[in-house]
Amino acid sequence: MKDNKQPILEIKDLQTHFKTDAGVVKAVNGVSFTVNKGETVGIVGESGCGKSVTNLSIMRLIPSPPGKIVGGEVLFDGENILDLPESELREIRGNKISMIFQDPMTSLNPFLKISTQMIETIRLHEKDVDKQEARKRSIEMLKKVGIPAAEARIDSYPHQFSGGMRQRVMIAMALSCNAQVLIADEPTTALDVTIQAQILELIQQISKDFGTAVILITHDLGVVAGMCDKVCVMYAGKIVEEAYTYELYNNPAHPYTSGLIQSVPRMDTQNKQKKLFSIEGQPPNVIDLPPCCPFHPRCHKTMDVCRCALPPTYEVSEDHKVNCWLYASEEEKAKAVADAAKENDK
Amino acid sequence: MTKYIIKRLLGMIPTLLVIITLSFFIVRVAPGGPFDGERALPEEVLANIEAKYHLDEPVLQQYGRYLFDVVRGDLGPSYKYVDNDVNYYIFTSLPNSAVLGVVAILIALIFGILFGILAAIYQNSWIDYLTMGLAVLGISIPLFVIGPLLQLVFAMKLHWLPISGWYSTGEGYSTIILPAISLAFAYFATIARLTRSSMLETLRSDYIRTAKAKGMKNSTIIAKHAMKGAMLPIVSYLGPAFAGIITGSIVIEQVFRVPGIGKFFVQSSFNRDYTLIIGVVIVFSVILVVMNFLVDIVYALLDPRIAY
Repeated sequence: MKDNKQPILEIKDLQTHFKTDAGVVKAVNGVSFTVNKGETVGIVGESGCGKSVTNLSIMRLIPSPPGKIVGGEVLFDGENILDLPESELREIRGNKISMIFQDPMTSLNPFLKISTQMIETIRLHEKDVDKQEARKRSIEMLKKVGIPAAEARIDSYPHQFSGGMRQRVMIAMALSCNAQVLIADEPTTALDVTIQAQILELIQQISKDFGTAVILITHDLGVVAGMCDKVCVMYAGKIVEEAYTYELYNNPAHPYTSGLIQSVPRMDTQNKQKKLFSIEGQPPNVIDLPPCCPFHPRCHKTMDVCRCALPPTYEVSEDHKVNCWLYASEEEKAKAVADAAKENDK
Repeated sequence: MTKYIIKRLLGMIPTLLVIITLSFFIVRVAPGGPFDGERALPEEVLANIEAKYHLDEPVLQQYGRYLFDVVRGDLGPSYKYVDNDVNYYIFTSLPNSAVLGVVAILIALIFGILFGILAAIYQNSWIDYLTMGLAVLGISIPLFVIGPLLQLVFAMKLHWLPISGWYSTGEGYSTIILPAISLAFAYFATIARLTRSSMLETLRSDYIRTAKAKGMKNSTIIAKHAMKGAMLPIVSYLGPAFAGIITGSIVIEQVFRVPGIGKFFVQSSFNRDYTLIIGVVIVFSVILVVMNFLVDIVYALLDPRIAY
C-alpha cells in the first residue's frame, strides 16, 4: 500500500481563524498534510490544539461567523474544496467525504427515525434509488456495523439506542454512500472502553473492505498506534511532527511528541511504582501568539532561538518531518536569533 | 397514550373544583357586595333581593347550592345584568372573542414564525434587525395606542377598513381585521422572538451539523431537521397564550366595539357580580386547562422522546 501512494486529500497551509472579543483565535494556523488512498492518518494533540477545527474546515463546516477559513487549500482529487460553490460542495459532503462526529448522543436528529435519516442520506446523493431500495441498503449497512435485528430497529428513534449503537448508526450513515474519505472526529471519546474497541475495529474493517481513507482525530496515542499508517502531531494550531506510525513511536523527534508518548501509561515497562510522566504547564492561548516556538515554555530542551523565532520544518528522515530548532544547524540558529534581535530594535 | 389522555381528562375535575371553590370564597372576602351603591337601599328591599339570590343563607349552604348548579351547567343569574343569566352573557359574547382571538393568533403565528425563522437564518442581517425592531415595538406599544393608530391610518385616512363594529351586528367580516391585527401584534412579537432564539439554538446543534455534513441543502435542513425541534417552545407558549387571547381583551373591545367577553372580566369585578365573576373564571380555567392538555399532546406528537 505504501508503495502505491496516490493522494486523495491534500491539505496545504490551511488557516482557520475565529474572531472573538478577546482577539483573533488562530485555531488552525498553517496546517499541511496529505492523505493517500486507503490510508489511515491519525491527528493527535491536546484539547484545543485545532484538531477538530482542521477537519471541520476540510468540510467547510466551520460556523461562520465567528469562524473563517482565511487561507490555504484543501485539494480533493486535485480540486480545491475551499473554492467550490455551495452546490458542488454538497456533492462532496456526505458523498465523497463523510464525517463521524465526536458525540453520538447529540449528532443524530432526535426527532427523526433512524430510517428517515439513513434513507435521506442515500437518496440525497443517488437520486435514482427509490425509497424501498434505499431502505434495504440502510438495513444492510446497519447489519454491517453490527446492529442486531436491523430490520426492526431501523424504525427506532435515536433515543431508543445506546451510545455505542448510535455511533454505529453514524458510521453506517457515513459509509452508506461509499465515501472515499472518512473523517472520524474522536469517534470513541464519548463511549465506554469496551465499545471503543469495537467501534475502532469497525472503522478499521470498513476502511480495509472499501478502501476508504480515514482521518482519525484523537488524543489517545494507543488508538493511533493500533490503527494509523501515518500520524500528525498538532500543537497550537500547527502540525509539529509528521511521520509513519512506527517511526514516530520509535524515534519521536519533537520534544512534545516524546512527552506525549511518555505520558501514556504502559503495562510492559519496569518501575511501575514510578509516577506517570506528564508535560508541565498548559497549552498556550492561541490569541496573539508571539513569533516563537509555541511549545518552548513547556519544553525541557529550550534554547535561545526557540524564544525568538518559529521553527521551520526539517526532515529528520524520509517521510518524517518535524518543526523544531533541535534539527537546525548552528549558523541557522544564530541567524534566526540575529534576525529577531534586528526586528526588536526596529 | 389513551390511558394518559383519560387520566389527564379526569385530572381536570379536581383542578376545576379547586378553582371554583377558591374563587367562590375569595369574591366574598372582597369588601362591598353586589347591591352596595351610592345610596344605600332600604333594608327591606335589600333583604328581599338577598333572599331572592339566596345570599341570606349561610355561606356553606350557598356554596353547596352553587356547586350543584354548576355541575348541571347552570352558572346562575347575574346580579347586575338582570335581563338574563350568566350562561347567556358568556355564550353570546365568548364566540365573538373566540373568532377574534383565533384570527389574531393565526396572524401572529404565521408572521411570527416566518419572521423568526428568517431572522435566525439571516442572523445580523436587515431582516433580523427588522424583526427584532418590530418585536420590541409589539411588546412595548400598548393596545390602546396601537388600536387607535390603526384606526387612524386604515379607517380614517385610507378608508380601507371599517373603523369599528362587529360582523355579528351586520357590519361585515372586514370588521375583524383591524382588531385582530392590533391584538396579534404583541403575540407576533413574542412568537417571533421565541422562534428566532430557538431556531438559532437548533441550527447550532450537533445534529444540524451532521445534516450539513451529509450534503443537505439549507432549505431542506431547516424544513426537515430543524423545524420540529425549534417549534417546541412555541407550542408551550401557545397553550396559555391561546387561552388568554380567545377570552377577549377589554381594551380591544372598547376601541373597536367588539361584543366580546373581555368586558365581563372587568365589569363583573367592579360590580361584585359574584356569579358572573366566577362564571368567567370557570370559562377561562376550562379553556386554559384544555389548552395545556392539548399542548402536552402536541408535544408528544412532535418529540418522540416524550412518551406517556
